[in-house]
Amino acid sequence: MDLEGRVRDPYRRVYHEIDRMSGEDLYSRAEALASTYLAQGVTFDHAGEERPFPLDIVPRVVGSEEWDIISPGVAQRVRTLEAFLADVYGSQHCVNDGIVPRRLIATSQYFYREAAGIDPANGVRVHVSGIDLVRDQHGIWRVLEDNVRVPSGVSYVLSNRRAMSQMFPDMFGAMGVRPVLEYSQRLRAALTRCAPGDIDDPTIVVLTPGVFNSAYYEHSLLARTMGVELVEGRDLETHNGRVYMRTTAGRRRVDVIYRRVDDDYLDPVAFRPDSALGAPGIVHAARLGNVTIANAVGNGVADDKLIYTYMPDLTRYYLGEEPILPNVDTWRLEETEAREEVMDRLAELVVKPVDGAGGKGVLIGPKASREELDKVRKQILEDPRGWIGQPVIQLSTVPTLTDDGLEPRHVDLRPFAINDGDDVWVLPGGLTRVALARGQLIVNSSQGGGSKDTWVLGGERQRGRVTPPPESRVELSGIGAVPQAAHPDDIEHGQQQQQQQQQQGEPKQGEPTC
Amino acid sequence: MLSRIAESLFWIGRYVERADNTARLLDVHLNVLLEDPWVDEPSANGSLLSVMNCEFEAPVSRRDVLATLAFDAERSSSIAWTLGAARENARRAREVISTEVWESLNTTRNQLPRWTASARPHEYFVWVRERAAVVWGLHSATTSRDDAWHFMELGRSLERADMIARLLMTRHFEGTTGPNWTTLLRSCSAHEAYLRTVRALVTEERAAEFLLVDRLFPRSIAYNLQKAEDTLGLIEGASNSRALSDRARLALGRARTNLEYRDVRDVLDDLPGQMREVQSACGAASDLIRDRYFLPASTVLWSQEAL
Repeated sequence: MDLEGRVRDPYRRVYHEIDRMSGEDLYSRAEALASTYLAQGVTFDHAGEERPFPLDIVPRVVGSEEWDIISPGVAQRVRTLEAFLADVYGSQHCVNDGIVPRRLIATSQYFYREAAGIDPANGVRVHVSGIDLVRDQHGIWRVLEDNVRVPSGVSYVLSNRRAMSQMFPDMFGAMGVRPVLEYSQRLRAALTRCAPGDIDDPTIVVLTPGVFNSAYYEHSLLARTMGVELVEGRDLETHNGRVYMRTTAGRRRVDVIYRRVDDDYLDPVAFRPDSALGAPGIVHAARLGNVTIANAVGNGVADDKLIYTYMPDLTRYYLGEEPILPNVDTWRLEETEAREEVMDRLAELVVKPVDGAGGKGVLIGPKASREELDKVRKQILEDPRGWIGQPVIQLSTVPTLTDDGLEPRHVDLRPFAINDGDDVWVLPGGLTRVALARGQLIVNSSQGGGSKDTWVLGGERQRGRVTPPPESRVELSGIGAVPQAAHPDDIEHGQQQQQQQQQQGEPKQGEPTC
Repeated sequence: MLSRIAESLFWIGRYVERADNTARLLDVHLNVLLEDPWVDEPSANGSLLSVMNCEFEAPVSRRDVLATLAFDAERSSSIAWTLGAARENARRAREVISTEVWESLNTTRNQLPRWTASARPHEYFVWVRERAAVVWGLHSATTSRDDAWHFMELGRSLERADMIARLLMTRHFEGTTGPNWTTLLRSCSAHEAYLRTVRALVTEERAAEFLLVDRLFPRSIAYNLQKAEDTLGLIEGASNSRALSDRARLALGRARTNLEYRDVRDVLDDLPGQMREVQSACGAASDLIRDRYFLPASTVLWSQEAL
């Protein structure tokens, strides 16, 4: 909805459709959605219990003119991140030219010296990224956060779409929603292209921490839809700097690892020695150029919330372009002036720990109690490098089915981008996360958030206009249809027998009966 | 095929088959308790639990039996636990098994809490057998006949041979005359097939022969041992390292020929002993298969450098 409370244009049709449904119909459809998710196992672990992933029945709609800003904006952002990472783990021009202070990189806990000297095969470090966007009260899309380590959530985009298209088949055709299902093929193609050396048909695996990971569903879905193996750390072995997986027919060489394990746990030799999730030696193998790890090790330095504040400058520096999507205004609390200002206005701002994920540790000033404010104030003064401050953004709202009927709830959007080395492709759609409590601004699913299917309009160009090539046309005239066979007894013979039985009184020998 | 996935598939096969056969076995047992007027129920129950290798404290009530073998999801001997475990293994092998098989196992697990001890056990058993049939049907209709298929079939045939051996042991329970051969044939869905094949009334020798060594009926012990042997030969790379997989085939083949080449009267005279042989052959084969296909050939150990 816009500022005056009117329904924005792209939504009009959806609401028209939803208005037609009675309240009960809506609830029963919502229930049907949840139960199909339970049957499919689209669940996440909540306090040790498996729950269906919350999918709201009202879709998020993004108009095609809005998408024409978001898509290039996200691609530009990814190219900047890519350039920054190559620079940071290379010659560090951005530091020498004074764009980013050296201290900032050296103190980032995700800057891994181990990653320096690993040259990605086709120059890609950010194979998959999720750029979190919000739409502020003025209708401007802003970047809230970059995720270039192991961004998750894309499986929900895919399964939400499948569930919604079964639920509202008529709306899809009419609205021209752009399809999302090609994601897996795109990802597979990108992973194939990043294989080391000249391997034509590389062996790709998805590395998962295991079934107990909350995103396990996603890992298995990606492996399944890409048609590759899903491995755990214990399935992998390294011999002489080459990575193998253990199969029933012996060892098999692995060329590309799409890993969904954090850096820290990836390789007990290079990182945490107590990690049982990783595979010993794979970082060394990557350094030798025998295997590609995607996303690359050490990407965390780029999605640090402090580096985030330098992103617009970095876009100008590396690409010579003006950023298409602005940041949310951010104060770096290390800087004395900024810190003083934020301290004064703590009660009206949002402060976040720079290394937090999943909405953990975020303090929203206007909603915090005095004790909470004091506690955070103390924490900030102790470790100013660890915090940033931002104004409270009135995230846009989208109607959402709640126990009290349809109500506005705050949402954000995470579009996913795949970089195959030549081109950054942005999935038309993305994960819309919605805060399910009234007025709540944190949308992370670990904090009780739900999701919505995101419909990007403007897909109708492909509809109707494309004429199929003549050879694919079904010709019915000319070629006779091939009859479908059946048991002879069931057709002719059956009739014969029936007739014979009827005619038993007057037998005519030697004559065919039909 | 990844070793870890192969192991999960093997166990899905075993668990689903085990749930199905446990349901059959319990159904027979409850039937016997009803029909035998001189039954000593606690000791019959005790014998059943000991055949299923469960610990128990005498006297065993019918309730205990149902809890241990049917409803109590905490106990690894129960149908409820077994179906849950099949589903967990399917989750681990999710990207290898078909969506249909996964959803059938997942829905089965989700519906389990509806069945409590207060339900009529027979209906529960029918449901379990139906769900197992759904899983097998979908499995057969949607799986390529590659290693994914072979490992599941291997688990399934081993388990079936083992469970039929356990079922036949119920003939010699203490405190009851045990089920008659017609009941046993029925519980293996073998009665009609028996009548068509043998064309005679049910006699002890003929019925036992049918369930032990019939070469065509899919629920005879020899058929399943043979099938497990054959499947072992089909698995990719079976010919590479002959020793371990061949030892598994050896164990199975010995158990099978022991039944086939022995006078049926001899087997019947020592039915519990012979059936125990079959079970331990299945157990030995299962261990050998694990060593051959599921465990790493050489465990790579690495240790932190000591300073």
